[in-house]
Amino acid sequence: MGNVLTIILQRLALGLLTLLIVSIVIFIAVNLLPGDFAESILGQGATPEAVASIRKDLGLDQPLVVRYFDWLGGVLRGDLGTSFAQANFASFTGTDSGATTVAQQIAPRFANTMFLAMITAMIAVPFSIFLGVLAALYRNTVFDRATNIFTLSSISSPEFFVAYILILFLAVLNPIFPSLSTIFEGMPLIERVERSMLPALTLTLVVTAHMMRMTRAAIINLLASPYIEMARLKGLSPMRVIVKHALPNALAPIINVIALNLAYLITGVVVVEVVFVYPGIGQLFVDSVQNRDIPVVQACCLIFATAFILLNLTADIMSILSNPRLRHPK
Amino acid sequence: MSDEILLKMRDVWLEGRSDETWNPIINDVDLTLKKGEVLGLIGESGAGKSTLGLAAMGYTRDGVRISKGSVEFDGIDLLTASAAVKRALLGKRIAYVAQSAAASFNPAHKLMDQHVEGPVQHGVMGRGESEADGIELYAKLRLPNPDEIGFRYPHQVSGGQLQRCMTAMAMSCRPDLIIFDEPTTALDVTTQIEVLASIRDIVEQFNTAAIYITHDLAVVAQMADTIKVLLKGDEVETADTRVMLATPTQEYTKSLWAVRSFERPLKSAVQTGSVPVVSVQNIDASYGTVPVLHDVSFDMHEGRTVAVVGESGSGKSTAARCITGLLPPTAGQIMVDGDVMPPDYRKRSKDQLRQVQMIYQMADTALNPRMSIGQIIARPVEFYLGLKGAEKRKKVDALLEQIELEPSQYYHRLPSELSGGQKQRIGIARALAAEPKFIICDEVTSALDQLVAEGILRLLARLQDELSLTYMFITHDLATVRAIADEVVVMKDGRVVEQGPKVEMFTPPHHAYTDLLLSSVPEMDPDWLTNLLAERGVDNIGDAAVDKM
Amino acid sequence: MIWFVAALIGLAAVAWGFRFAGQAVTGNAPKFRDMPYGVAYGYVLGAAVLAWLVWAYMQGRSDDQAIANKFFFLRIAIEGFIIFAIAAWLFRLLGRSVGTARSKKLFRSMPLTASFGILTILIYAIFAIFAGLIAPYGQEQIIPGVAANIIPGGDPELGGNPDFPLGTDQIGRDILSRLIYGAQNTVGIAFATTVLAFLLGGTLGFLAATLGGWLDQLLSRAVDVLMAIPSLIFALLLMTIASVWAPELGIPLTVFMVVIIAVIDSTRVYRLARAVGQNIVVMDYIEAAKLRGEGLGYLVFKEILPNATAPLLAEFGLRFCFVFLTIAALSFLGVGIQPPLADWGTMVRDLGGFVNFAQFAPMAATAPLLAAGAIALLTVAVNFVVDWMLHKSSGLKE
Repeated sequence: MGNVLTIILQRLALGLLTLLIVSIVIFIAVNLLPGDFAESILGQGATPEAVASIRKDLGLDQPLVVRYFDWLGGVLRGDLGTSFAQANFASFTGTDSGATTVAQQIAPRFANTMFLAMITAMIAVPFSIFLGVLAALYRNTVFDRATNIFTLSSISSPEFFVAYILILFLAVLNPIFPSLSTIFEGMPLIERVERSMLPALTLTLVVTAHMMRMTRAAIINLLASPYIEMARLKGLSPMRVIVKHALPNALAPIINVIALNLAYLITGVVVVEVVFVYPGIGQLFVDSVQNRDIPVVQACCLIFATAFILLNLTADIMSILSNPRLRHPK
Repeated sequence: MSDEILLKMRDVWLEGRSDETWNPIINDVDLTLKKGEVLGLIGESGAGKSTLGLAAMGYTRDGVRISKGSVEFDGIDLLTASAAVKRALLGKRIAYVAQSAAASFNPAHKLMDQHVEGPVQHGVMGRGESEADGIELYAKLRLPNPDEIGFRYPHQVSGGQLQRCMTAMAMSCRPDLIIFDEPTTALDVTTQIEVLASIRDIVEQFNTAAIYITHDLAVVAQMADTIKVLLKGDEVETADTRVMLATPTQEYTKSLWAVRSFERPLKSAVQTGSVPVVSVQNIDASYGTVPVLHDVSFDMHEGRTVAVVGESGSGKSTAARCITGLLPPTAGQIMVDGDVMPPDYRKRSKDQLRQVQMIYQMADTALNPRMSIGQIIARPVEFYLGLKGAEKRKKVDALLEQIELEPSQYYHRLPSELSGGQKQRIGIARALAAEPKFIICDEVTSALDQLVAEGILRLLARLQDELSLTYMFITHDLATVRAIADEVVVMKDGRVVEQGPKVEMFTPPHHAYTDLLLSSVPEMDPDWLTNLLAERGVDNIGDAAVDKM
Repeated sequence: MIWFVAALIGLAAVAWGFRFAGQAVTGNAPKFRDMPYGVAYGYVLGAAVLAWLVWAYMQGRSDDQAIANKFFFLRIAIEGFIIFAIAAWLFRLLGRSVGTARSKKLFRSMPLTASFGILTILIYAIFAIFAGLIAPYGQEQIIPGVAANIIPGGDPELGGNPDFPLGTDQIGRDILSRLIYGAQNTVGIAFATTVLAFLLGGTLGFLAATLGGWLDQLLSRAVDVLMAIPSLIFALLLMTIASVWAPELGIPLTVFMVVIIAVIDSTRVYRLARAVGQNIVVMDYIEAAKLRGEGLGYLVFKEILPNATAPLLAEFGLRFCFVFLTIAALSFLGVGIQPPLADWGTMVRDLGGFVNFAQFAPMAATAPLLAAGAIALLTVAVNFVVDWMLHKSSGLKE
């Protein structure tokens, strides 16, 4: 076991290192901006004094390295900085709106996005693994070919196409689900699920296709291995061949598939949230991109990247854990 | 053996699918097996022997089908039986031993768990009883630590031992019939012996009928009562083993037998004091920090063939890499014609590179699949000899004629349009195109069928006589050594164990390892294994020194 | 919902009966005797779905306008599917009888999906190259005297205009023309981006594979880091910054987008090119060429590249799809291809609201769906071709 532990610790350390480098990349990218944040906040007619004071407030007069560590320290304490839009608003009205920090802005939306991802995963994971295994077992049949065409098509379609098709059929022509996902705090769970259903279904369709194809490939690969043939030639029932001989070895690839696709969800969630006006982090991200609200963009980017790296890391570690060669060294 | 018929296959036709069309694999083959009889099924690759072996179990792989015929096991028609009836037979009364034990054991379960699965699921024995029986079988198969070995995972056990564990697993329900599908092909000769001996013993002991599939005639001679020869899906002939070995009736069978008898005339001894073409002097080499060669020295003289023999991992290919300069040795030097060669090939001059040419084991990966035969051979002609246009073409044509391929027919073809033997010939032509003195032949015949391999050996011998070439012939196959070598170098664990002229090497007394290696090579004599075992003594067939993990 | 579940349970009984009947009629033939219940259920379910599609199609042709409207899109989808299938079939037939012996052979083993893909790509290429000739109006042309927001369909009674079969947008530009120009802009820009990504990633990947050593280490680690950020997110971040730089430097934002996406995507190309290169570099024929004393140029261009074309071509298709979808997503989010260039992603964004009128005026919803569909159709087509190519190269081993 010591062997495996070392490998896992190595992977964890590598993941942390990657995360650190990614944070540097994001920070530098943001600081590539021309001119000055302060000027862009105050607009064209800003007096030099006002600019200087804002610069000092935001710590922009410090050197780059100091600012990076300030920012990183803040991030680690949960302080993601101050939103420009909010700061701007506050400086105009002279009041404190109460939600000026990025963290306060992001927190509820982050929860909403997690909720959406969770619903999607709950539908997509069992569904796609079931279909994937089925397609692998009955490969080269009409069923397999039809699912192949269907999944290829849905992988190829942009998320907003799938979204509008679903709106068309499930919201407009047959009003089953609402086409706008207005969600607020304190909403009953059932209603919340109902309103999140269309975005969740859209994501499901896109992710299922990927997950199903990967599951199918993994299972076919597995079923072609000599030990499965051996199990069949020992006269075991098809059920036992699958459960006892295929499944323990299929676990690693399938967990891998799930983790990779949950990571893929992160990208998909942005467009889908915009289509359905779902109040999640993706929509906030796009809004901030359009308003050039740099601190928010930076924070969202970091959150997305962290989730992405964590999921990939999970996939990695899971496949190490389920490898008998590593679990039982010579 | 009794006269009661166990397995009866009649007019069996098998087809395989490629691109929506079905091509024949086995055409109209009959097979009859009595209780306790061992049938050897031999043929070259592509003869369809494995497919036929599986069909005897009523099983076909994906993309294969039994198009006609019947397979009857003990009165049960396997082709029309329901899935449940077949499942009740498989594993319990008919068992299978696959070629690669390492791939055929499930990596996720311990050996014993896989061993007892058959008996428990078929209701033959309980788990405890079956485990005890498994340990007993392991002991019978002379596995080390029979009490403990079953509780390891497959990757923790060596190849030769795994193969015996698989035989034990096949035996677990005491089946009436076992199909052995090339069980020793992936093993080294010294390991092969133990597996052969233990398989033969256990099959005899339980009076199990068996179909033994292999491409190695000498192996089948030890194992089988009856031999059936297949060629491209057709049956050539079937006869009792001793009859078949003594008096084959068909041309194809005779030619197979004849391969073993090819041997070059002996050459006179090397004149003392003559400068060797290539001299390997005290080289050490390592991959990274792992040392692989220790103080290796040998000389190769003009017009002679030096066979470098040893099992996998003995360092014989590494020695070749040192000579070509791909792996610069950490100590010692390589001399060509009395001159020291730079250790790294990148430091060698064009002419120095030209002197040493190489022919590879896998002709498939040795020829660029995107170049035509003409381009492949013309490149060294142009590169080294500076020939262009018509002159270049003339030289390439001459080379193609030298390797017995019609130039006009082959010049524009791609490697994928050639057979394995033809590809190997192109590899030879490319080496000759550089007009070298010295050619390294790295296992050049081991991927080829016996008849084709013999053709290549004869060609190499003829070229050597005509061009007085020097060969370094790397091989693990002692039959090839006997056929072509003048001198022999035996290697083990990165050291030269013994070296000398062939005649001396094949006459005792030997170094202990050479002896083990030589005596482990199966011979066509059906009594060879029995005699060998008697000679070595039953307890020592394995030679624990070789079969360590 | 309840009806749906009830139907599924009902089908379960039918499946039982189906298998039983099959066994009885065929005298217990192996096909029915060894058929698992799940398979029988699958057959019945498939038949039920087919029957429902036929029923829905007939509804779509109903005289009752309300019902016909409701099934209008399903009808169009089914008709489209059949027409495409027939066109692909005819195209394959054409390919089998016209052309060189090699191209004929290629078409003979081609599945219908791949021939559909090739046909579609050809049609897109024609539209993209000759957009100026085919489109009735200019892409930025606001036609004088024509109302904005004319509904597609060309039926004056429903608010259409026969001169503008797909209607006009909010400021009175012809949607059909913009759709056709979209082929030029969207596809052209995506294609250029992919080429750039390939030049960058491919060159570095092959260099890393051939030379190895510290260069390989350096490049590979850099690529690892870049790939640790989800590509769309990274693209959005960089586009934000670019949108500030673009006016400052006077370079169109679209150029920034091409470069940004090409760089992000070249990491994926690098990985593949390196892997493919490494597989080839270990081949004996490369060793033979090295031992012959060949230089780096000969090795890369004569020995390695010709053997890498098949996987690289397939990867080019996949990367093109990916780039195309990324650009479409960026445009849809408003930070991609900038107006007044006609672009499908932007069109979907601008016209998307019309989907909500589908129940009363089905034609109104077609404009955004057509733009989105145009994106989907091309990526589907490319993916079908790539799928076939990959299958062909791996199929040899089976």
